[in-house]
Amino acid sequence: MNDLTPDRDERVANLKGMGCSRKRVEDVRFTQGKGNYVDDVKLPGMLHSDFVRSPYAHARIKSINIDAAMALDGVVAVLTAKDLEPLGLHWMPTLAGDKQMVLADGKVLFQGQEVAFVVAKDRYIAADAVELVEVEYEELPVIVDPFKSLESDVVLREDLDPTADGAHGPRKHHNHIFTWEVGDEKATNEVLDEAEVVAEDMFYYHRTHPCPLETCGSVASMDKVNGKLTLWGTFQAPHVVRTVASLLSGIEEHNIRVISPDIGGGFGNKVGVYPGYVCSIVASIVTGKPVKWIEDRMENLMSTAFARDYWMKGKISATKEGKITSVHCHVTADHGAFDACADPTKFPAGFMNICTGSYDIPVAYLGVDGVYTNKAPGGVSYRCSFRVTEAVYFIERMIEVLAIELNMDPAELRRINFIKKEQFPYKAALGWEYDSGDYHTAWDKALKAVDYDGLRAEQAQRVEDFKAGKTRKLMGIGLSFFTEIVGAGPVKNCDILGMGMFDSCEIRIHPTGSAIARLGTISQGQGHATTFAQILASEIGISADSITIEEGDTDTAPYGLGTYGSRSTPVAGAATAMAGRKIRAKAQMIAAYLLEVHDDDVEFDVDRFVVKGAPERFKTMKEIAYAAYNQAIPGVEPGLEAVSYYDPPNMTYPFGAYVCVMDIDVDTGVPDIRRFYALDDCGTRINPMVIEGQVHGGLTEALAVALGQEIAYDDMGNVKTGTLMDFFLPTAWETPNYETDYTVTPSPHHPIGAKGVGESPHVGGVPCFSNAVNDAFKAFGLRHTQMPHDHWRIWKTANGLGLHD
Amino acid sequence: MIPAKFEYYRPTDLAGVISILEEHGDDARVVAGGHSLIPMMKLRMADVPHLIDIQDVEGLSGISVSDGTVTIGAMTTQAELIDSADLTAAAPILREAALQIADPQVRYMGTIGGNVANGDPGNDMPGLMQCLDASFTLFGPDGERKVPARDFYEAAYMTEREDEEILTAISFAVPNGGYAYEKQKRKIGDYATAAAAVQLVMEGGNCTFASIAMTNLSDTPIWSEAAADALTGTSLDGAAVDAAVEAMLGDIDPTEDNRGPIEFKRHAAATILRRAIARAASRA
Amino acid sequence: MTDKMHVKLNVNGEDHEFLAEPRELLIYALREKLNLTGPHVGCETTHCGACTVTLDGKSVKSCTVFVAQANGAEITTIEGIGNPDNLHVLQEAFREHHGLQCGFCTPGMITRATKLLEENPNPTEEDVRFGMAGNICRCTGYQNIVKSVLAAASELNGAKEAAQ
Repeated sequence: MNDLTPDRDERVANLKGMGCSRKRVEDVRFTQGKGNYVDDVKLPGMLHSDFVRSPYAHARIKSINIDAAMALDGVVAVLTAKDLEPLGLHWMPTLAGDKQMVLADGKVLFQGQEVAFVVAKDRYIAADAVELVEVEYEELPVIVDPFKSLESDVVLREDLDPTADGAHGPRKHHNHIFTWEVGDEKATNEVLDEAEVVAEDMFYYHRTHPCPLETCGSVASMDKVNGKLTLWGTFQAPHVVRTVASLLSGIEEHNIRVISPDIGGGFGNKVGVYPGYVCSIVASIVTGKPVKWIEDRMENLMSTAFARDYWMKGKISATKEGKITSVHCHVTADHGAFDACADPTKFPAGFMNICTGSYDIPVAYLGVDGVYTNKAPGGVSYRCSFRVTEAVYFIERMIEVLAIELNMDPAELRRINFIKKEQFPYKAALGWEYDSGDYHTAWDKALKAVDYDGLRAEQAQRVEDFKAGKTRKLMGIGLSFFTEIVGAGPVKNCDILGMGMFDSCEIRIHPTGSAIARLGTISQGQGHATTFAQILASEIGISADSITIEEGDTDTAPYGLGTYGSRSTPVAGAATAMAGRKIRAKAQMIAAYLLEVHDDDVEFDVDRFVVKGAPERFKTMKEIAYAAYNQAIPGVEPGLEAVSYYDPPNMTYPFGAYVCVMDIDVDTGVPDIRRFYALDDCGTRINPMVIEGQVHGGLTEALAVALGQEIAYDDMGNVKTGTLMDFFLPTAWETPNYETDYTVTPSPHHPIGAKGVGESPHVGGVPCFSNAVNDAFKAFGLRHTQMPHDHWRIWKTANGLGLHD
Repeated sequence: MIPAKFEYYRPTDLAGVISILEEHGDDARVVAGGHSLIPMMKLRMADVPHLIDIQDVEGLSGISVSDGTVTIGAMTTQAELIDSADLTAAAPILREAALQIADPQVRYMGTIGGNVANGDPGNDMPGLMQCLDASFTLFGPDGERKVPARDFYEAAYMTEREDEEILTAISFAVPNGGYAYEKQKRKIGDYATAAAAVQLVMEGGNCTFASIAMTNLSDTPIWSEAAADALTGTSLDGAAVDAAVEAMLGDIDPTEDNRGPIEFKRHAAATILRRAIARAASRA
Repeated sequence: MTDKMHVKLNVNGEDHEFLAEPRELLIYALREKLNLTGPHVGCETTHCGACTVTLDGKSVKSCTVFVAQANGAEITTIEGIGNPDNLHVLQEAFREHHGLQCGFCTPGMITRATKLLEENPNPTEEDVRFGMAGNICRCTGYQNIVKSVLAAASELNGAKEAAQ
């Protein structure tokens, strides 16, 4: 040691490892406009494309005439189902075990469905040619209501044998997709029948859309000379896309390179495979030229990946004292025209069976019936793990309704039913094993932070003032306590199209002591290049600033299942730590050799290995890295590289406690968010700055969904919310400031104890905003009002309660 | 979203504009800021074979206040309205309304002429112009004529303007008394769920003058003379305001859309008008 | 129909001349003809602001301007606001305060913010929220964007004071 040697704290700080708010490395590029998104990809000779889409929600196609379009100067090709059929590509499998038309085959089943694919020299000619494709339709009866669909004689999916089982077992009706059941219905009903108190209601979680700012798109480039296909696209799961592309096209997988460049937000919208991707590939194969497909915003909202649309009928029972004794939930799930939900194969309703929430409920039952209607396919997890937002909304509304039934404070009702700290790992009635939690601590911290009792007193006064005619504003206190289930998942029960849901990291340490790590995930704004380097820095003692993180190129990155369902940190983050530990194990051998001691006599210390008991004798990781390449070490291979494919033993279960204070103008229905407090427990915190940013963003998407964002249809199946005029994305003006807080309950099974956080605020936020609206009217007799709580619906609620009389 | 092809013209004087309009009739459209027209063209909901860009036409911009009259050139942008100290001193309701239109970028491009001439019932300025009893100057093959804002609107996108005419300016007498432009909308960038423009003069506790116009509650803006009459000569007591609201409700005819059903819009219109009257009175 | 016309633009201080159909949208001309891919296409109906550029001194959504209308204009895009060796204060501030995530809205945000601060060097939080309301961000919830703009304002004011 000498004076120039930094002390230990300084060495830790220099690493910029886990726990520090490291500034993001991505930002230098993004703030200068130097991101590289799919629409920025420009290749020599590249052609542009556009879809002819159905104006009708249900119609038979009598004929398609492409002659006029083909005659337009600059049009290169117009593809229809007939052109794709010989290749077997007019239909494609969905992630949910169904199949979906790539281009309309005989009929159309939703407004905006892809009918023909025009390829032209530029986007202007392509758009003009779309107008020239003549399609003759014969309109068919339209069904937009899933309950009516199950009673209708109209067969939506004529391609399916009505008597044959679907991908998830028997179908009850020609418009029925599956029934999925978890738990013990008989035992649950027995408890409900005998219960002292039962509350029930129907909760509709409306259809909405993830709507990232960048729409979906792809650029396919078939190099016929070398037989290689390169596909750039907005893919949250590039490796799975490569496998699917290979299976569909017959091109061997090694001849396909899939690249997810920078992605302008995903939120679940970019998990699935869309007709545009397939058509761009086919068009490139047909024309021998690169073909770009970029959807416009209206197409994005009308055709790709809706979320939610769950009708959840619930019953909950409790003792008079408020101890919950059972929950019964039946969901009618509107899947649209094709079952294109992006869930692990064995879970047709995702992880909806987390719907017992954060509560110790002895017996429960969940049944889900999937139904076809004339709406767009999808059913993706919009900023949540698979159907977890629906589940948490269900239980957090259910518990509020129960509190009304019991005449009990909803915060107290939650408290007496929380799973206790000592019960973890906790086996829930619907099958999941919660890894860790300390709900009471989090809840008490949250209620104290907002002065919950003071808020209730203020609210009571407000109700008095309202009744006395002194104010026309009511005050709502929204509570939510959520448990997420993320990090899918154990390969034994989670797969996507047969691919186990592991993830991966491959690390190379360079001779001069810097490194590159590649992962099977892909950032869409989460900041992986920053945070994964922090995990690695702490594990291998090389500064995060000297580590490059790369994702999204299937030719270079190890296979992984991608980024959605908050799985990157729980799964790929774990793989990163595990691969780092392999590096460290080898480094230990090299260090011991260099220090001429036994392997067991050196130990890792921040950025070096030191001889136990003699810290002045050490080798830094930089020295070790160099030695790995320039020394012949007996029994040790040259180089310093490692790879880990991590199969998590369990999911992780982040949780949180949120409180929203809202003032509602009874006469206009306009809500004003006065305060929002969010406490998140995501286990070990890798980068507090990034966590806070994720929470702000997730809460804002929750605000949007709860207060107005929906994909609405009229009875004819026309989309009423096709532009950002009507599809609600809040601006800075409608968005409040949020207060963030945290507790730390590490995951016991994750290598670094991290649980994932990106989606928690959305999952917990939606019921919190919704509960605030409901709570404002509770004193006037309201039990439940459906989302989205836009102005007119809030007004209607007030009106129904006689508040305008 | 790609518009169809069009022939593009950029004349430098009004004669140039008129000759193109005369040649092509309703196949030609004038584009000012373009922020209503261009999205419609991109959605291919507006078919415009001949597009006349009037940005180089002299004499269409600017705000003047003289002899008790405000004159605003058609090409004056919302941002310029907001920034004009003279205008704000003379008719502060314009700034208040303009700030509630769209968003900053759109206000840099959107012009008052485009806003009033387009005939979109969602636009805010037409109602405000009716409230102020403005007159629109139209220039055509036969020269200039003036049409009162209150007579200009026939139906959605249908106005008194002939195909061969261009709206060049608006003018109105400097208003007296208190004012308010009250607007309920779902978010920045949205049209009004309901909006009310109110000008009031109070003398000795009595309302001696009132003018009230409503936006996006019919297929045209609604200047409600009956509502104003209900206020005139009163102290703006509860009964008078109730009567004004009742009268206004008799004049509007909202339709259901994503902003809500008719009964909600009528209730919102009533609430917004009450607030506008109260705010205008507080400034009168 | 007019086929192609000569278009002259001065973009980020450089003169450009090219042929274009009048109906071509300014955003595509910038992105595809001039390879300035910083401004993005988000909504195409003037709601999101991802395509924001400064055109003759005004913040403008370039998805709603025909290239013909812009003929002869001076334009600044994000590429003209700072460079790797000399980042603009706003670019630094957005990084420092985590004012971006996926980065897709960021060029439009920063371009708009430069104009906002030029017109109002001492904005309140409310001014920033109102002045940035033409730009949608789906990731950040705006809180850190507002923080970034306010921080940049005080940084710029500090620099101004120091210079005086």
